[in-house]
Amino acid sequence: MPLRAVCCLEKGPAYTPPKPLYKACSEPRVTEFYRQYLAVAVFVVAALLMVAAMLGVGRLLRPTLPQEDKYLTYESGSDPLPLFGQANVRYYIYALLFVVFDVEAVFIFPWAVGAESLGWYGLTEMLVFIAVLLLGLAYVWRKGLLKWA
Amino acid sequence: MSESVLLALNIGWGTTLAIKTVVVLAFIPAAALILGYTFLLKMMSHMQSRLGPMDPGGFHGWFQLVGDGIKFMQKEDLMPAEADRRVFALAPAVIVISTFLVFVVIPAGPRIVVQPLDVGVFYALAVSSLSVIGVLMAGWASANKYALLGALRAAAQLIAYELPLVLAVVGVVVQAGTMNLQGIVLAQQGGHIFGWGGIGNPYILTQFVGFGLFMVASQAELTQPPFDMPVAESELVAGYMVEYTGFRFLFFFIGEFGTAFAFAALAATLFLGGWAIPGVHGTTADVLGPIVLFAKVMFVAFLMFWARFTYPRFREDQLQALAWKWLIPIALVNILATGVLKVWVK
Repeated sequence: MPLRAVCCLEKGPAYTPPKPLYKACSEPRVTEFYRQYLAVAVFVVAALLMVAAMLGVGRLLRPTLPQEDKYLTYESGSDPLPLFGQANVRYYIYALLFVVFDVEAVFIFPWAVGAESLGWYGLTEMLVFIAVLLLGLAYVWRKGLLKWA
Repeated sequence: MSESVLLALNIGWGTTLAIKTVVVLAFIPAAALILGYTFLLKMMSHMQSRLGPMDPGGFHGWFQLVGDGIKFMQKEDLMPAEADRRVFALAPAVIVISTFLVFVVIPAGPRIVVQPLDVGVFYALAVSSLSVIGVLMAGWASANKYALLGALRAAAQLIAYELPLVLAVVGVVVQAGTMNLQGIVLAQQGGHIFGWGGIGNPYILTQFVGFGLFMVASQAELTQPPFDMPVAESELVAGYMVEYTGFRFLFFFIGEFGTAFAFAALAATLFLGGWAIPGVHGTTADVLGPIVLFAKVMFVAFLMFWARFTYPRFREDQLQALAWKWLIPIALVNILATGVLKVWVK
């Protein structure tokens, strides 16, 4: 029974389950929730197994003739120079911008699902939110951060 | 006990999941090979007058793919002495995992789906972007200048185009009122075009802007030409893949073409009505659904590869400018327009 209690706390009494896409189960919804994501976990394991199996089969089939030169870093045929260790700062700016703009997706999607029921109220909220985002983009643009200098 | 129904057989959910996993496991490499054979080998040969892939085995070079497979098997497994061995070995696996996970939510029939998660689209786009991590791992662990440059370019490109990709889908979610891909297909099937429900309402009719954005952004996410700065053969050799040989290289191929298939399937599901056929329901739809979806996937993939074989490469600054100055503002305006129409017109 504790599972069912958690389920009720999470979903609230007014929750109406979505149209069932397959036969409903008689067990608490929390279990069903985890079971859905069990498929995701199984797929991670399956992908790893496939990679391991293919490499294992490959090991049986391929030749192995070690020579020192084969393990040199490829640099179009010339002797490799030491690797530089720093990346260009431009990528850093784009990563920062990405964080700012990607978080918005977290806010937009819940509204998108309930756009009809939220009506004009939700739409006005989203209008203001996206207007602020566009202002932010315009600011970044004006500041010249979008220019590849 | 709970049980799910798979084509009239009553079996437990564990068995069902195992069967589905094995089927998808076998299907993804096959999908990659189908796309690689049809488009990369044959369509490109015809469009660009390439004679090599048309030669082996006689008729239309049918043996080319088998020959490539044999070649990959015979390749020695080389790992540069300078490489970070564990990360180097794990990177292709991360990319394969990211490809596999997208297939969990793509429905091919009313009951032909591994798991119709409620956050469907959101989940699919989230796991597909996990491949950035694999690319960065591969580029960094190779300890190679080409690989590092390629990986950094790829990371900058993938995150820039992640935004229009995600935002392009919001319009569809607004219209369908759900993120569940199965729900989106059903919403399209049950839709009406000005009161006429003959073919439902494929969202490409109302979300053509979103479809365009999705196609451009997914092309960039796949690092296909014209967005192939990260792998640019003529200057970076093959970017982050340069130090990989044999089967390890093959995983990048499976990742790239498997993801191309997944994105084409997502586009077909979100904008072209997915597996749905007008007036067909129940078990018939379960049987015909995968065929219909496959036909739509091949059509969308044709569009993707058509662009790939036609346009020259973008410069890095043009590429970033296209994402930030065009696609993202257009996507945001599209979301607002869809929202206004949804609330106003219903």
